[in-house]
Amino acid sequence: MSLGLLLLLLLALGALGFLAGRQRALAAVRGDARDLHSLPGYYGQTVALFATVPALLLCLVWLVVQPAIVERSISALILPEDITAGSSLVLVMSDVRRIAEGMDALAVAGAASEGEIAALVGQPDALKERLAQTGVALAAPILPHIAEAAQVWRAQTALGGQIMAAAVLALAVAGFLLALWRIAPEFRARNVVERFVRVLLVAASSVAILTTIGIIFSLVFESWHFFQLYPARDFFLSLTWAPKFGGGSDLGLWPLLWGTLYVSFIALLVAVPIGLMAAIYLSEYASPAVRAVAKPAIEVLAGIPSIVYGLFALMTVGPFLRDWFAQPLGLGDSSSSVMTAGVVMGIMLIPYVSSLSDDIINAVPQSLRDGSYGLGATQSETIRQVVFPAALPGIVGAILMAASRAIGETMIVVLGAGAAAKLDLNPFEAMTTVTVKIVSQLTGDTEFASPETLVAFALGLTLFVFTLGLNILALYIVRKYREQYE
Amino acid sequence: MTQAPAKSLLVPDARTRARNASERRFRLMGMAAVAIGLVALVVLLVSVLGNGLSSFRQTYVTIPITLDAAVLDKSGNRNPDEMKKVTTLGYGKLMQTALIAALAEKGVDTGDLKPKEIMGMMSKEAPADLREAVLSDPSLVGQTITFPAFATSRIDGYFKGRVTMESAARDANINPEQLALADRMAAAGLIETRLNWGFLTRPDASELRPEAAGLGVAILGSAYMMIVVLVLSLPIGVAASIYLEELAPKNRWTDLIEINIANLAAVPSIVFGILALALFINIAGLPQSAPIVGGLVLTLMTLPTIIIATRASLKAVPPSIRDAALGVGASKMQTIFHHVLPLAMPGILTGTILGLARALGESAPLLLIGMVAFVRDYPSAPPEGLFDPASALPVQVYSWTQRADPAFVERASGAIIVLLVFLLAMNALAIILRRRFERRW
Amino acid sequence: MNDMRLTEKVVTETAKITARGVQVHYGTNHALKDVDVDILDKTVTAFIGPSGCGKSTFLRCLNRMNDTVASARVTGRIEMDGQDIYDPRVDPVQLRAKVGMVFQKPNPFPKSIYDNVAYGPKIHGLARGKAELDEIVETSLKKAALWNEVKDRLAAPGTGLSGGQQQRLCIARAVATSPEVLLMDEPCSALDPIATAQVEELIDELRAQFSVVIVTHSMQQAARVSQRTAFFHLGHLVEYGETGHIFTNPTDPRTEAYITGRIG
Repeated sequence: MSLGLLLLLLLALGALGFLAGRQRALAAVRGDARDLHSLPGYYGQTVALFATVPALLLCLVWLVVQPAIVERSISALILPEDITAGSSLVLVMSDVRRIAEGMDALAVAGAASEGEIAALVGQPDALKERLAQTGVALAAPILPHIAEAAQVWRAQTALGGQIMAAAVLALAVAGFLLALWRIAPEFRARNVVERFVRVLLVAASSVAILTTIGIIFSLVFESWHFFQLYPARDFFLSLTWAPKFGGGSDLGLWPLLWGTLYVSFIALLVAVPIGLMAAIYLSEYASPAVRAVAKPAIEVLAGIPSIVYGLFALMTVGPFLRDWFAQPLGLGDSSSSVMTAGVVMGIMLIPYVSSLSDDIINAVPQSLRDGSYGLGATQSETIRQVVFPAALPGIVGAILMAASRAIGETMIVVLGAGAAAKLDLNPFEAMTTVTVKIVSQLTGDTEFASPETLVAFALGLTLFVFTLGLNILALYIVRKYREQYE
Repeated sequence: MTQAPAKSLLVPDARTRARNASERRFRLMGMAAVAIGLVALVVLLVSVLGNGLSSFRQTYVTIPITLDAAVLDKSGNRNPDEMKKVTTLGYGKLMQTALIAALAEKGVDTGDLKPKEIMGMMSKEAPADLREAVLSDPSLVGQTITFPAFATSRIDGYFKGRVTMESAARDANINPEQLALADRMAAAGLIETRLNWGFLTRPDASELRPEAAGLGVAILGSAYMMIVVLVLSLPIGVAASIYLEELAPKNRWTDLIEINIANLAAVPSIVFGILALALFINIAGLPQSAPIVGGLVLTLMTLPTIIIATRASLKAVPPSIRDAALGVGASKMQTIFHHVLPLAMPGILTGTILGLARALGESAPLLLIGMVAFVRDYPSAPPEGLFDPASALPVQVYSWTQRADPAFVERASGAIIVLLVFLLAMNALAIILRRRFERRW
Repeated sequence: MNDMRLTEKVVTETAKITARGVQVHYGTNHALKDVDVDILDKTVTAFIGPSGCGKSTFLRCLNRMNDTVASARVTGRIEMDGQDIYDPRVDPVQLRAKVGMVFQKPNPFPKSIYDNVAYGPKIHGLARGKAELDEIVETSLKKAALWNEVKDRLAAPGTGLSGGQQQRLCIARAVATSPEVLLMDEPCSALDPIATAQVEELIDELRAQFSVVIVTHSMQQAARVSQRTAFFHLGHLVEYGETGHIFTNPTDPRTEAYITGRIG
């Protein structure tokens, strides 16, 4: 039974449950709804909820767990001699999966009956040819034993699917009947429904926590794999980044971290003064007409996706900086550079800094400004010597948040900073960052279980810890700042 | 304390003048900062528009082609399955003959160019397009049709100013004689540059055929992901907000949730990509490049935005409304679902649209779940299509920038324009919603 | 009206500030209507009246604080020592150094006690060196009767003081620029009775050096600290004269109604 049909059946059962529950409740009081504890609709809702929600949950869990179980049982079938030199269990398993999917495709397209497919298992070359026709191209010849494993895979997956459908439907019907049986005039249907809804609401709000757990789990789990294959000491202390395909790579964090911090530093050098001065001008000086135009226009910069900034760096800013600064000054002739990425990222952060500082400057009480004006201070003296110091903690928080954004930004550096990992001071030199390497290591063709790929998770973990630290610090500072003026 | 001598108020003293000058400088710095921000915006938009607008136009070679039945349909049954035996190569020969004939008929001087070189001015995609057209309408066989075929990206670039005689001399893919011929063909009306809807509808094309590349699969992929994001993040986000804003007791657990939401909003997007790769693809076994995975990861990224917007609009509903409903004996849930939620709806929808706009422009996490893969086939209709490989608009931009042919950079800018138009439309919708339905209490 | 002209004649020779025909609009709201007042030197003048009567508005005209409110429009003529303070050549910054102000709520800057007091002298360049600045800070704090309480913790933040101390710090801050006129906008409304008594005592001492103008809600306070009182009602100056005279023998029925508690 296909998943879509199963879901449709569940929905139908739910709708039926609503009508049946409502009917039964009304029948119990001979149609006089006033004798019911709750409105008739609530009785219907209890049946619909009990019929669908537990069944859907079971379905979801099954879908996640079944592939893992099948995978484990198939892995047990693979013999050591199936794993040819240069290959690994992971690669063989992915072949098994692809062969099985190819067989499914053959069956679905009607190109081969189940009997033919079973016959093909004995003839690996013919099987390979048939699979190639459906678009599943395999590099190496298929070993007979692998083809058998693929058949077992299909059988187990199909069987699992059937058991799931049966179990889900059984649970749905059971919930349906239980809820219907409970209906009586004094049954507190509304309370039951509301408790049920409350549980759903709590579950929805836990998604945020589950996401964080998922992030930490996936980062730590794969980083741990990485550190099994590559010494942590070298990762954290080595000054060289030189991944090699054949192994023996140098995977030192420092060149990447240096590039990241250098680009972020230039970005902040651009964004902080401009953003801060723009916020001050717009909140303290600008006429309402100017503010009404300039403020949203600057905020448009914040709504532009980072890929657009990346393209801007690649096409416009990079060549401009190279032709007008780097080459005349003899500082290099690369159009992707720390400077390119830093300047463009700085532009992206201007609205971020300015809107955060705007909020913070506005939180400084007017009485402080009055006090300063009353002593004969000019507006700029008031801003520099009273408003700014008073807002400083908040502004520091805002800058930390901007820094965390800069460190985590990907597309601008991918397109603007370059790919060469080096420790250099020249800002017109191409350098690379943590995020660039995460992308390149995870989109490359290297085997997943190799340190060259897994290093991306260690880099991700480093990035996550860095930005999380900055954010928590920033949130703490800003919160303290707000309390001061509340 | 020294008593300053009484000074006239009407004459500013030197110190006041200096202070006022510093005041003016400060104000000027502020104006300069605002101006830099605005100039950056203008330069950004102009550079993207300037580079990208031309990608909506394409150079076509329009010639009459006789679809010879003896070549295309030997059996004469007009059965597409049988006609499939004729490969693109066969159509290419047909097209080459037609092109030479058309040049001769119009009296265009072809110089020293060999037929192969003349055919080299056409896109490699052109014969495939012709084959597609014939197979979808077999009755065309035997007729002479006027077929607009793509010229190669170099000829296209020549008419758009990207390719010059000098650059052609150094280019293995084109030579100056071909460009000169293109000029003569344009004069004879055989070549023209016009609007190309294919840019929006066609799938991506390979490295050597930038002229045929389009955004069809990417737009579809992005649309599928937005559907997933909307369907998942709106109910989950609203449910979570209702719980946190209206029902949750103040305790450690809710504090933990609050901190989580604030932090998730600031986690770098690439980290979400790692999460999706590890959890959805490696552990849950969902397919790579699939809109469902992209949609799931974008949902997780959009949730904090929607929750923050929803809570703000729930908070904006005055407590008096809740008191009134509770006062007539409604339960807490009834109060929320009958009164508070409908009143907060415009704000929630506005926040959701803005969240979707953010998600639409997001590319980094999608790179990690394989959406950079070269996809030529349109995904099928949802829900099955959600599991088919597809691309996404911002990712398509990225993958085009990674290709060697400069014609792809033009197309990347064009794709950005399409992306920005979508974003503009979504933001405009949000603003209209806010203006139209927002209630001030 | 006759009475007013009479009292005026007596005092013109010592008038520090003269206001004639002052009107203030906040947007469309006509907040102050045609006010004529003479503020005497080395005298405490109290402005009394019900809320929204225009007394604070008028006070803020005297050092052009209304300039910082975008919608405010001031017309009429206000002279200090014979010079029109609304003359376009006058820099409000210079004016405010001469006409100091203390606000309703204590508003010390989030800086040290020392820096709070030193702020005015620093921006106006009143001190030639660190020693001189120290001296200004000390004398100002002494004048504000705060020196003994804070001399050991000048580096502590001004926001850490008690409410009454904060307000006296604000007075010290205003005094430090050696103003000629000190404006006080309900300076005791946020203070407890003991702190209020301290500030009132202080006001009486400050009278020796400047002209003090105080806006107050409390008629008892006006009676205690001021020599002259002006009564505002609905944007009009109703009555102005010697404090004793206003409180014991008001001319206008509205004044009488207010001081006997029938309007307010």
